[in-house]
Amino acid sequence: MAEMTEIRWHGRGGQGTVTAAKVLADACLSGGRHVQAFPEYGPERAGAPLRAYNRVSSKELRMHCPVLNPDVVTVVDATLLDSINIAEGAKENTIYIINTTRDPKEIRQKIGAAAAQKVITVDATKIAIDCFGRAMPNSPMLGALCKATGLITLEHLLEDVKKSFGKKFSQKVIDGNLEATRRGYEEVREG
Amino acid sequence: MAKVVAVTGNEACANALRQVNPDVCGIYPITPQTDMMQRYASYISDGKVKTEPILVESEHSSMSACIGASAAGGRVITATSSQGLALMWEMLHIASGDRLPIIMPVVNRALSAPLNIHGDHSDAMGCRDTGWIQIWSENAQEAYDNTIQAFRVGEHMDIRLPVMVCMDGFIISHSIERMEYLEDAEVQNFVGEFQNLYPLLDLDKPKSYGPLILTDLYHEYKRAQHEVMLKVKNVVLDVAKDFEKMSGRKYGLFETYRLEDADIALVILNSAAGTSKDVVDDFRSRGIKAGLLKPRLFRPFPYEEIAEALKNTKAVCVMDRSDSFGGYGPLFMEISSALYQLQQKPALINKIYGLGGRDYLPSHGELVFNELNEIAKSGKINIIKEYIGVRE
Repeated sequence: MAEMTEIRWHGRGGQGTVTAAKVLADACLSGGRHVQAFPEYGPERAGAPLRAYNRVSSKELRMHCPVLNPDVVTVVDATLLDSINIAEGAKENTIYIINTTRDPKEIRQKIGAAAAQKVITVDATKIAIDCFGRAMPNSPMLGALCKATGLITLEHLLEDVKKSFGKKFSQKVIDGNLEATRRGYEEVREG
Repeated sequence: MAKVVAVTGNEACANALRQVNPDVCGIYPITPQTDMMQRYASYISDGKVKTEPILVESEHSSMSACIGASAAGGRVITATSSQGLALMWEMLHIASGDRLPIIMPVVNRALSAPLNIHGDHSDAMGCRDTGWIQIWSENAQEAYDNTIQAFRVGEHMDIRLPVMVCMDGFIISHSIERMEYLEDAEVQNFVGEFQNLYPLLDLDKPKSYGPLILTDLYHEYKRAQHEVMLKVKNVVLDVAKDFEKMSGRKYGLFETYRLEDADIALVILNSAAGTSKDVVDDFRSRGIKAGLLKPRLFRPFPYEEIAEALKNTKAVCVMDRSDSFGGYGPLFMEISSALYQLQQKPALINKIYGLGGRDYLPSHGELVFNELNEIAKSGKINIIKEYIGVRE
């Protein structure tokens, strides 16, 4: 892994994107790593486009500004592909992880990804509905990100999802999210 | 054993306050208050602290309640931000004039109008003359560490003054990062039992606070306030030494970063100092002697020590995240005063950045260092004060 990994999340208010960034930060604490998780704060409205960021580094993180050149771009809502430039500031080897039903090759073409950039898709919304009956794609997206980046092991991520969701939700919801995280990990498609 | 966590600055400060477990807390629980006091209220409800909360109808009343509780003889805290701090302004003078060691984390945010809730230093700079000690923090770790140290500084028997602990709104207060918590027992042992001084509730020895003092002694009273401020620097350093023994983390009156042999330097507060350190490294790797000074104790201001630290530089830019409209930035005015006493002084410029949460990016630091490099070579300054990161 590189010394520092910078992640930009694109989602819409109410999809759990900010929570996903927080869970990821917590999970990445292992091994003495330094982490940051922060949303771009604006008026908080359900459905409005939002960005959140993560930094994970083996060195102390002193930088306190948005991620400008992400190593990973995670799109929690594919409708955003039509309205904003998710490729902004991307590096030549940036990994895109997109929640969509569509084929990764089609997405690659749509966002104009370069050959060295990975495009990974996962039908996170369907997984979420299957597993716990709500279109809340954040936990399967975390699973997909875990698989695509290797930042953490799946076991470790599952432990943290359990811990984070355990504070607020019933056992049924927790189990559903754990299953959704696992399926997100397993059902990524690369193209 | 220290516990490594990933938390927001607000969470970190609320936890520091929980570990201290003060007697009374004034709370005004709506915007511009942050979730720091919400979290603290949860500790109270969950029985994790014995603190008596006083819920009030405004920040003015919150500080008034703190003043009463502190004069009564309790260890007292509150927290605020932005307009809330502005509304407290009148009472801030009373807390310091009555020498009440109230501890208050301040989440630095912009002031209205126009309405804005983001990171900006205008709130705390607006009350730099209120007689409070001000300690500024770069990140969640520093905000936590400074909050704990603030109790020892403010409550010191030679000092007895209120302390504000400042951190950047949203950038630190609402963002998650890795930091280390001390053990509860370590913190309690470090701050120690609260020592009363002239408590109102000592009914056997009645006393009064805030009496009328006219032309006969007011001048002397204020001079005494000035005198006590002169003692604060040493106490801050002593407390920092003890804190380092416990935590391994070193604090001073200010932090220098690669400044020792620097030709050009930034003076910059809080979170943007962290971003700038990465820029300093970048310039150093290109063979340019860049450095940085980050003030920690802003009131009282360590003029001589800062002048000493900057005296060998050729050009310095003071970065202000607030403005004194029609004047220079408030930090610039202090650095300028500090350097004036030197025989040989660096060229000095002032940049206003990041108002109302405008992002401070590494590219902004680069622009400033490039300009400083030119000034260091030519000795020529074009514009003393300028806004950067402005949309034209």
